[in-house]
Amino acid sequence: MSQFNPLEAFNLPIVYWQIIWAGIIVAFVTVFALFAVYLERKISAYAQDRMGPMETGGWQGWAQTIADALKLLLKEDIIPELADRRLFKLAPYIVFAGSLGVMAVIPFGVNLIGTDLNIGLYFILALSSTVVIGILMAGWASNNKWALYGAMRSAAQMVSYEIPIGLSLMLPVLLTGSLSMIDITNAQKSGILADGYFWNWYIFRVPPFTLIAFILYFWASLAETNRTPFDIPEAESELVSGYHTEYTGIRFAMFFLAEYANMFIVAAIASVVFLGGPLAPAPWLNWIPGPIWMLLKSLVLVFIQMWLRWTLPRVRVDQLMHICWKIFLPLALVNFIVIATLVVLWQK
Amino acid sequence: MIKIAFIILSLISIFSALMVISRKNPVASVLWLVFHFFGIAGLYVLLGAHFLAAVQIIVYAGAIMVLFLFVVMMLNLNLVNNEKRGKIIGKSIGAVVSGLVLVLFTYSIRTTKWNELFFNQVTDQEWGTAVKLGSLLFSNWLVPFQIVGILLFAAVIGVVALMKRKITRKVENGIVITQEEDVA
Amino acid sequence: MLSEYLPVVIQLLIAIGFAAFVLIVTHILGPKRYDPIKHDTYECGVDYYGNAQRKFAIKFYIISVLFVLFDVEVIFLYPWAINLVDLGWQGFWGMFVFLGILTFAILFAWKKGALEWE
Repeated sequence: MSQFNPLEAFNLPIVYWQIIWAGIIVAFVTVFALFAVYLERKISAYAQDRMGPMETGGWQGWAQTIADALKLLLKEDIIPELADRRLFKLAPYIVFAGSLGVMAVIPFGVNLIGTDLNIGLYFILALSSTVVIGILMAGWASNNKWALYGAMRSAAQMVSYEIPIGLSLMLPVLLTGSLSMIDITNAQKSGILADGYFWNWYIFRVPPFTLIAFILYFWASLAETNRTPFDIPEAESELVSGYHTEYTGIRFAMFFLAEYANMFIVAAIASVVFLGGPLAPAPWLNWIPGPIWMLLKSLVLVFIQMWLRWTLPRVRVDQLMHICWKIFLPLALVNFIVIATLVVLWQK
Repeated sequence: MIKIAFIILSLISIFSALMVISRKNPVASVLWLVFHFFGIAGLYVLLGAHFLAAVQIIVYAGAIMVLFLFVVMMLNLNLVNNEKRGKIIGKSIGAVVSGLVLVLFTYSIRTTKWNELFFNQVTDQEWGTAVKLGSLLFSNWLVPFQIVGILLFAAVIGVVALMKRKITRKVENGIVITQEEDVA
Repeated sequence: MLSEYLPVVIQLLIAIGFAAFVLIVTHILGPKRYDPIKHDTYECGVDYYGNAQRKFAIKFYIISVLFVLFDVEVIFLYPWAINLVDLGWQGFWGMFVFLGILTFAILFAWKKGALEWE
């Protein structure tokens, strides 16, 4: 299917639309971060039997995060004297660009996507692995013990959990025979049972193995985004706030934005790869456009991430590594081998 | 279009490679190396090797650079930074070795018959995608692939040998007892 | 084929441009007042002690080496997973041997305690 291009009617080359789409993505991520921070405050408040923000903007304090963003914009940009100035300034750009670059290959509709690379899913793994470099850079350049420890822990945790993530994302690739995000989406339209229904989504395709892969991916992605129960790099009670301890004002906001963008990205990948992405759960719901389904599925997953954060306690570092290397990795590997055997047997 | 992209990517690669060897701070060198790898990945894309480009970024820019950063931080190289500068023996050895490498490269570039090389004979535009690469790797090149597996296993043994010590903890009567023993 | 990558470049440039724009705005709007205490390294309010860029535990190094090794394994699995249906049993057993070697490697590292975090 050819790429969606609303400017085709005006006889403009597709590059204009690509620039506009990239702008829409950046705007979307910013608005999403503002909304998600507000949502997180409200969820945490209700989880703890509080009200959360109530004053700013009137109804339910809806303008609280907008006010916070403006406040951060008006703050001074402090660079500590002992910091390595150049690296300190560069680090937020790398983390921010690395997170946003991934958004270019996430499909919001069956033909609404920045670009449909033939190595799509692989590209996501590649670009998100460079975020680790930015985090290490920030921690090192700050020349602060908390920041460096937070960065080291963050890096060790993120690289460890990349392996279960890679292994569990491989099941849909195996079933589709392609790495392209659009191919993976379209392959979930039809299956053994009637076409166009939710049971063709990969999460329900080969029970219970794909369901296990989805759950593994979701838990590992919590570690990848440094969220509870795996928020050790930012453990406030021991490390102040991790690798961005020394960052102030808008530079801090950039890390924050990237973090919330990452929350959305891991949720979006899960919903494309396992939950059919922009596909409707049943044919008679097809009149609702794809982007709405995509956003709905992703936001439900983001909600679950927040819900877990305010429900579960934080694990210890050794427990974190134990879970990754001794539970997730063997489980993902066995899961993958079983599915591969089944696929080969089925084809023969 | 391809020529412009090639020139830009080459400039990025060469410039960042020069920055790698001219920085005093080893951490800064490592970070310039990341940019260098991105430039190289871009050049792979220009050659049509999409899969290789992604592997370049995942393995080199992502994994190996994290490893390098850990090594640099672990050895704390910024302390020994200035002590060993200006030693003539070290510098002359470096000059001789890099001179020989330059001769070697120039010789091999000049004597290679570029038109007869494998990638110049490939007419299939899709040769560098994961699909084509996989079908070759797991049929024609299965034995080298298994050797890679054994190589990785050897590396794991190396890591375990590096670690040297095994620390076991057990709790007896509410007291944590730590035991250390050599394993390698 | 090449033009597929153009939107990625555009996306990266716009993200960096957005970040740079916001930083310029904050430098125009925000105050700039130097204060030796404010520009000091933060260490919970007390005077900072020593250099933060110190030697680090080897366990970080071990974890990252293990990561590199298993990352390479996962990377080899992807082209195999895409082609599995066409490759048939030959490719299947080929990968089985490879996976066997690496499973043995994991078990070895596990047994020797390289996966412990202490």
